[in-house]
Amino acid sequence: MSKDESVWTEASLEEYLESRGVSRRGFLGFMTTVAATLALPVSFAEKAAAAVTADNRPPVVWMEYQDCAGDSESLLRASRPSVGDLILNYLSVDYHETIMAAAGHQAEEALENTLTKYKGKYIAVVEGSIPVNKDGIYCMVGGRTALSSAKEVCGNAAAVIAVGTCAAFGGIAAGEPNPTGAKGVMDVIKGVPIINLPGCPMNVVNLTATIVHFLTFGTLPPTDRYKRPLFAYGKRIHDNCERRAHFDQGQYVEAWGDSGHRQGWCLYKMGCKGPSTFHNCPTVRWNDGISWPVQAGHGCVGCSEPGFWDTMGPFYDRLPDVPGFGADVTATKVGLGLTAAAAVGVAVHGVAKTMQLKASGGDKE
Amino acid sequence: MAKKIVVDPLTRIEGHLRIEAVVENGVIKDAWSSSTMWRGIEQILQGRDPRELWYWTQRFCGVCTTVHSIASVRAVEDALDIVPPLNAELIRNIIIGIQAVQDHVIHFYHLHALDWVDITSALEADPAKTAALAQGVAKKYAVDVLGNRPYAKNSAQYFETIKQRVAAFVGTKRLGPFANAYWGHKAYKLPAEANLMAVAHYLEALDWQREVIKIHALLGSKNPHPQTFLVGGMAIPIDTNSQNAINADMLAHIKELLVSAKNFVEQVYIPDLLAVASFYKEWGSYGGGGGEFDFISFGDFPTTTGPRFHDRGLWLKPGRVTVADFPTLHEVKAEDITEYVTHSWYSYKEGDDKGLNPLSGETTQNYTGPSPGDGKYEYLDTDGKYSWVKAPRYMDRPAEVGPLARCLVAYANGQPEYKKVVDLVLGDLNIPATALFSTLGRTAARGIETLIYAAKNLDWLDMLIANIKTGDIRIHTGDKWNPSTWPKEARGVGFHEAPRGMLSHWVNIRDAKIANFQAVVPSTWNASPRDAKKQRGPYESALIGTPVADPEKPIEILRTIHSYDPCLACAVHLLDEDGNEVSRVKVL
Repeated sequence: MSKDESVWTEASLEEYLESRGVSRRGFLGFMTTVAATLALPVSFAEKAAAAVTADNRPPVVWMEYQDCAGDSESLLRASRPSVGDLILNYLSVDYHETIMAAAGHQAEEALENTLTKYKGKYIAVVEGSIPVNKDGIYCMVGGRTALSSAKEVCGNAAAVIAVGTCAAFGGIAAGEPNPTGAKGVMDVIKGVPIINLPGCPMNVVNLTATIVHFLTFGTLPPTDRYKRPLFAYGKRIHDNCERRAHFDQGQYVEAWGDSGHRQGWCLYKMGCKGPSTFHNCPTVRWNDGISWPVQAGHGCVGCSEPGFWDTMGPFYDRLPDVPGFGADVTATKVGLGLTAAAAVGVAVHGVAKTMQLKASGGDKE
Repeated sequence: MAKKIVVDPLTRIEGHLRIEAVVENGVIKDAWSSSTMWRGIEQILQGRDPRELWYWTQRFCGVCTTVHSIASVRAVEDALDIVPPLNAELIRNIIIGIQAVQDHVIHFYHLHALDWVDITSALEADPAKTAALAQGVAKKYAVDVLGNRPYAKNSAQYFETIKQRVAAFVGTKRLGPFANAYWGHKAYKLPAEANLMAVAHYLEALDWQREVIKIHALLGSKNPHPQTFLVGGMAIPIDTNSQNAINADMLAHIKELLVSAKNFVEQVYIPDLLAVASFYKEWGSYGGGGGEFDFISFGDFPTTTGPRFHDRGLWLKPGRVTVADFPTLHEVKAEDITEYVTHSWYSYKEGDDKGLNPLSGETTQNYTGPSPGDGKYEYLDTDGKYSWVKAPRYMDRPAEVGPLARCLVAYANGQPEYKKVVDLVLGDLNIPATALFSTLGRTAARGIETLIYAAKNLDWLDMLIANIKTGDIRIHTGDKWNPSTWPKEARGVGFHEAPRGMLSHWVNIRDAKIANFQAVVPSTWNASPRDAKKQRGPYESALIGTPVADPEKPIEILRTIHSYDPCLACAVHLLDEDGNEVSRVKVL
């Protein structure tokens, strides 16, 4: 980014924030939240604050392919900073079909401008899977396939953030038998740093934390083998679950609305997939920390795991029995055992599905 | 001179929509609506547990994030003869009601307003005059008409702050999502002060929508994609003696949010809508479709329990109205729905020129469109197949669904809440009832509905509290939760009046698995391509006759298409198991 565009570089933090209608106190409050989400010390907040307030607002292009806009809606639920602050003050969201004012070729031109001017420097956010069957004709925007668009847009980005399970792993469209050949970004684009923020949808808290990490340290946060940042996906739901004590005590919900259900007992027997799911729902929760599925009385379905649509189903069947689960078994053992069992489950489902298709004479897309 | 123009991507909608239109002498002569994305979810659903159908179909759309869940649980309940407890129906009503209110306000400010509001002109506004304007508008509607207090923030200082904020943003010369739009287009007619007021409320609404939808987090665990729906009821328990269930504290929190939602609608949205509309009254004569399509609604919001959905004292009554004999009310029946694929990327065994009822429908994909590889195509072959959306027809005629259809049907039904507000809006804008059949009427109807729903939501909460007071804390009917209790084969249909219109899910269950599933969704009706008789879909008809001042900047197309609030991801149809065969389904 050239100096003359950085009109705020010379301004003090206070002047800058004031001009944007943000109080310093409110801003530092936000940074503290980000620091907490990232599991960083509070002193980090000052450092990060400086990083995001120079007008080095990173150019962001937000691409929607085979999506439902659920991750875009999640973006709208951002509160610290608010979505208004995010799109006006923290980022320069140069392309986002659901919110942008321009349409048609003016919209395409806005995208082209950013791709040219900031080649190799912009952040590409991708929402939705990318279909590769039949040369990509199952998703076309502006007369181009998502596949071709993704190659150009993601291939020339500084980094790609895949938001939601569809962009990360293919998601619902990649559910068996995956009629359109839907894939996650990392299976289509190589040679560019990619970070995955799965979840159905992604929790916007994790997106803001990732962006601030990138702005502050110039790198993407450390990830697990599925490219998920450890700060958000490093622990099992089960490890942090508020109902864990009931699991350890053997207190389970047996029927919807029974006394155990009303008293917040463990949902394992109702199909909860918390023991084999890595996500920070129990700690950050949703919608400003109001709730999350288990708190509201419904089991986790494992939406942040690759292939969860096949591996975690049927959603209301309990995870396979693990010998001696209860107080004497660590969550790690249970989780590992269940993950392996779930992986076997998907293979079986896949085989059954293939046989079913063959039996019906169809192997169509 | 005729010129074919293309708007793709058509932005500020959900999903991927392409419009091609022929403009001659500055007026649209013909138009084609195409959906350009397909996921195949119905095919993926084959063989899964019907109890989780709602979780899958919810992902049809993340904007109207509850509606497919509702239609799916209703379809499976219909198939298995399950009657959810009254508490569950009322909790669903609150979830549905606040979804519509939040969705409609987002649509107005964040998806539609920029077609009418030039934000760059806001920089020329005088904050003091803006305050006077806002106070005048708010006083007129909020106090005199709606009996509510005026909005607290309408001060000159407030608008000065907003103006400074916009100026600072524009000063960066990096306009992000506001770059490259049709700013300065002569079709923008609002004075600078009205533009500043609208920009201020655009930002306010961003914060407001995040707050009021917390009701979904309270009752549904999260938003988007709440997660407490169940076949047979809801997974959020009720227990006034528990901290892990709906209790007095949560009910109070919900009430507070519902009141805040109602206040914003009455004090900000409706005044803004009427103020903006008063500058664009000519849009009361564009976008109506010239009688080429009718308007249908299948009813919603149960107030009692009953064996079947339509026996549950629906607050919104079903019906159909036509431009020709409005306000005469016609009945609607599920068996009068047919779907065509003549111009859609599917084929029928008996030929593509025949309409099929979803009861006996079939869906085999047959993509004949362009395959541009790494290039880009210019035009679709609109003489052939050109969309992933099918063409549903009611009694073989195209039909519009959505807030305008519901408003017209409720008006024709003599529903008192609707009559009062419709007459109020028509009177205020000094336009005749026929002006409702238009782009302006469609946008106004969405506001009318929001105003009514925002008040009605408090009734649902009161009814829920009253029912809990009787000692009834049931949230789930569980006697058929276990699939071993199900018949070998079962079929059902679930209706729901979603924010964008009438939605129906059709499910066939065999051996406790989903054997087949079909969805006929609001944007399938509205965005449909032509049928066998070459009758246009509602978007296509509505565009005809609309002036386009500058074919390079067809803002007029955006105005009419956005007035429908398109939602395309769910509008596309899917394959069934053998590329055909859809079961007989119980009707109403």
